[in-house]
Amino acid sequence: MWTWFHKFGSPPWLYSIAGSILRWLVPITVILLAVGAVWGLLYAPPDFRQGNSYRIMFVHVPASVVALAGYYVMATAGAVSLIWRMKMADIALRSCAPIGAMLTFLGLLSGAVWGKPTWGTWWVWDARVTSMLVLFFLYVGIIALYEAFDNEELAGKACAVLSLVGTVNIPIIYKSVDWWYSLHQPASIKFTEDSTMDGSMLRPLLLMIVAFYCLFASSLLLYMRSEILRRESSTNWVRKLVLAKAGQGSANAV
Amino acid sequence: MHPVRKQRLLIVCFIVVFSSVAAGLVTYGLRGNINLFFPPSEIVAGKAPIGQNIRLGGMVVDGSLKRSTDSLRVEFEVTDNRATVGVVYEGILPDLFGEGQGVVAAGKLDESGVLQATEVLAKHDENYMPPEVIEAMKEYQEAES
Repeated sequence: MWTWFHKFGSPPWLYSIAGSILRWLVPITVILLAVGAVWGLLYAPPDFRQGNSYRIMFVHVPASVVALAGYYVMATAGAVSLIWRMKMADIALRSCAPIGAMLTFLGLLSGAVWGKPTWGTWWVWDARVTSMLVLFFLYVGIIALYEAFDNEELAGKACAVLSLVGTVNIPIIYKSVDWWYSLHQPASIKFTEDSTMDGSMLRPLLLMIVAFYCLFASSLLLYMRSEILRRESSTNWVRKLVLAKAGQGSANAV
Repeated sequence: MHPVRKQRLLIVCFIVVFSSVAAGLVTYGLRGNINLFFPPSEIVAGKAPIGQNIRLGGMVVDGSLKRSTDSLRVEFEVTDNRATVGVVYEGILPDLFGEGQGVVAAGKLDESGVLQATEVLAKHDENYMPPEVIEAMKEYQEAES
């Protein structure tokens, strides 16, 4: 029953399967991002109160949503790494951190740019913004902790524990605007009732969220592939792969 | 599942539950300090300190906005539908500031219970609509009445 699962522990298998997924995932990501950006930034109607400045939402919301979801991906990899001692889970955890940090930073930056014209300030220490900053520090902390160890097994273990402890922050970020008085408005996209956003704006936003999920997945797979090559650089299968590529290259040159 | 792995799974669950409880207790202990602002009803009830920097949040009362003719001084009232607090501010207001809209004002309460604000921020809600939809809704409401 567990054989399919244990396949994920094999670096050559994961490397090649990631390669074949990327072959179609990258074009899909590019198309979705292009369509979503043009739809949201050019064709969606302006907002009755904020005018055109609300369009920052088409970057701000997807980046923040995927930054939160990406943390669960990272923590799940951390749990798998702790329970099954799987090297590939360590690689997934280490690869999630810089991507999540970038997305969180993008969410914070676009939020600041949006906050200036609407709220009247770049930054406010309310529950939502502050907990999002904590998420950024968690991602950066994972990277720093990983690099602080010489022993990669030890580094993986420490980061897995930190990533699990950090999961508590995700529901706090999500519910912060409901639990406390904050300057940030509550969520417009609702799961249990009608969204408080007109369909003409909601559709491009949902498309952009899907596009950012694809962007996260393809960045993660690309990062994992390079990380696999780096760690397995002294093994036979990588040597064969490199020689084969080099052979192709010289054949093309001739 | 292998017993060793089952034990590690328990440890993982323990880490998540234990850290969640710890974080929950901390946020419960700090719950008053995490709020960005006081609603007017809490200020009227005397829960906010006088003479210290605080923030007040609520809706600007319709028709309460008074602009000075020779300076940037404005006066308005903020309500949460239970109580109302007056605000005095001298400075530039954000674009989204307006009567009937959300606002967060930072400053000090004076003896008479008026907030002498040093900063006024606009708080917008989660509703996003194209202008045509709002126009159509207004026309519909007028036709109804």
